[in-house]
Amino acid sequence: MTALIHRRLGLFLAGLFVLTVAIPLGNLAFTDRLVPSYVVSLFGKYLCYALLAVALDLVWGYCGILSLGHGAFFALGGYAMGMHLMREIGDRGVYGNPVLPDFMVFLNYNALPWYWLGFDMFWFACLMVLLAPGALAFVFGWFAFRSRVTGVYLSIITQAMTYALMLAFFRNEMGFGGNNGLTDFKDVLGFNLQSDTTRAGLFVLSAAALAAGLLIAKAITQSKLGKVLIAIRDAESRTRFIGYRVEHYKLFVFVVSAMMAGVAGALYTPQVGIINPGEFSPANSIGIVIWVALGGRGTLVGAALGAIIVGAAQTLLTGWFPEIWIFVLGALFIFVTIFMPQGVLGVIEGTLRRKAAPRDLTDAKEASA
Amino acid sequence: MSIQLALDGVNRSFDGFKAINNLSLTVEKGELRAVIGPNGAGKTTMMDIITGKTRPDSGDVLWNQHVDLTRLDEAGTARLGIGRKFQKPTVFETQSVEDNIALALKDDRSVWATLFHRRTTADTARITALLDLVKLTDARDAMAGDLSHGQKQWLEIGMLLAQDPELLLVDEPAAGMTDAETMRTAELLRGIAGKHTVVVVEHDMDFVRALNCRVTVLHQGHVLAEGSLDHVSANEQVIEVYLGR
Repeated sequence: MTALIHRRLGLFLAGLFVLTVAIPLGNLAFTDRLVPSYVVSLFGKYLCYALLAVALDLVWGYCGILSLGHGAFFALGGYAMGMHLMREIGDRGVYGNPVLPDFMVFLNYNALPWYWLGFDMFWFACLMVLLAPGALAFVFGWFAFRSRVTGVYLSIITQAMTYALMLAFFRNEMGFGGNNGLTDFKDVLGFNLQSDTTRAGLFVLSAAALAAGLLIAKAITQSKLGKVLIAIRDAESRTRFIGYRVEHYKLFVFVVSAMMAGVAGALYTPQVGIINPGEFSPANSIGIVIWVALGGRGTLVGAALGAIIVGAAQTLLTGWFPEIWIFVLGALFIFVTIFMPQGVLGVIEGTLRRKAAPRDLTDAKEASA
Repeated sequence: MSIQLALDGVNRSFDGFKAINNLSLTVEKGELRAVIGPNGAGKTTMMDIITGKTRPDSGDVLWNQHVDLTRLDEAGTARLGIGRKFQKPTVFETQSVEDNIALALKDDRSVWATLFHRRTTADTARITALLDLVKLTDARDAMAGDLSHGQKQWLEIGMLLAQDPELLLVDEPAAGMTDAETMRTAELLRGIAGKHTVVVVEHDMDFVRALNCRVTVLHQGHVLAEGSLDHVSANEQVIEVYLGR
């Protein structure tokens, strides 16, 4: 059983690698496009969702912090990248202003707001992809964890956080494009965002980011710190009495997770071509929780699988019967919670274990222990 | 002998109920002390105050005659060298017995040190010795949640010893144990006293007798009597409120 669990990350990464080779190859190597271009971006988007799910699983599955506002960190990363892409448009916008993005010209800005400075540099934007969500998570976590806000109360304030940010980003005065968000991107580092090779490149980057995220999360959860996180999840007060500063541990994992979500958002924005305040919507954050629960909480790989499964189901079902998609998602969540509390991964591994048991007695003994 | 722990005029009330009422108590270094008293006498609140879980309304709680414990939180008092065992055994159920001990092992508790921690052979040897002491060697790889109630008690005692604290606060260690186990626990606690200071809260009179130590009787948040078990057992007031006639 333990061997199976150690193997599942390897299996997933192997599968991911095959996809990473096959999808861009199928798209680029054939003149008649064996894999249509839109599929490349679509799968790239799923991989970003998967990374976001892994980030949430790290705090929820391993430390018991049920964040209902993780979409905010994702969106902040997305906006940081979007701001760079806006600056890179330069004078090719509708109004031809070399410095100001179109929406600022439209809203009668005379100069770039101070917080847009530096975003013309790619490295600075990349830094902000990590720092903006990281800083928000640090400040938010510092106050929440120090005041020992836990459980449902913490979930509610994370939800309030993302809701407040959504309302703020909807305002034109914020200087982030208001309602419409940031869009009409042209290229990134000189590569045309509409070209198939750039899309393939972004897809490969997303896969690499997901693999890196999984490996980092795995390293954290396998370390002694990971054991402390599980101890906090299962018996927080006991962990304090052993001498661990619980709030410091929560803060650490919350900030790491927020940065991971930020990277996911930064890769998402160029692939879908837009980032708007809707990404901060509380419903989005609840969606992430559903992915993790469906895939299997506290397994990392399960979270990534859950995100991909729900993402793919959403694409297919909204195409087939758009009106009932949201009901299907709700039904799916209820079904999984009641009949598959361990998630999809739990069911698969449970089945494999039962099959292996009669042949391998040591495994069976381990599983029952 | 020097004083390990001193409570002086400590008060604490909850919604008007005085859980701790002008409580003064000193425990010397290396001493084994039993604290008994009827339900609601303030035994658990006293432990909460010592470990920084609850802040007293007034009064002093001094550690080694110079550290003010009322300013510290749970992790702070634990790092200072105060270990606590709860009445209801709380172990980390989804982790192995070995990992439970490893988590409690005395070590740097900072986030970075924990993240990059590598288990040394000395750590492993210490874990092995502790598991041996609490008779859980065979259960080393078992999930802590799968242990019996008595085994969980032992695991928690093992975790407490792993912290190597100067002062052990032990809340009803014998609850749920067989008579033989109870006697073994008493023997164990007597064995570690001297090197460590041990304060035991207990209801089981046979167990307290087996500890063979100074006894403090709490009643309504203050000390009713103190001395040997025979001495306090003869006290009229103690018989009245606790032992019964």
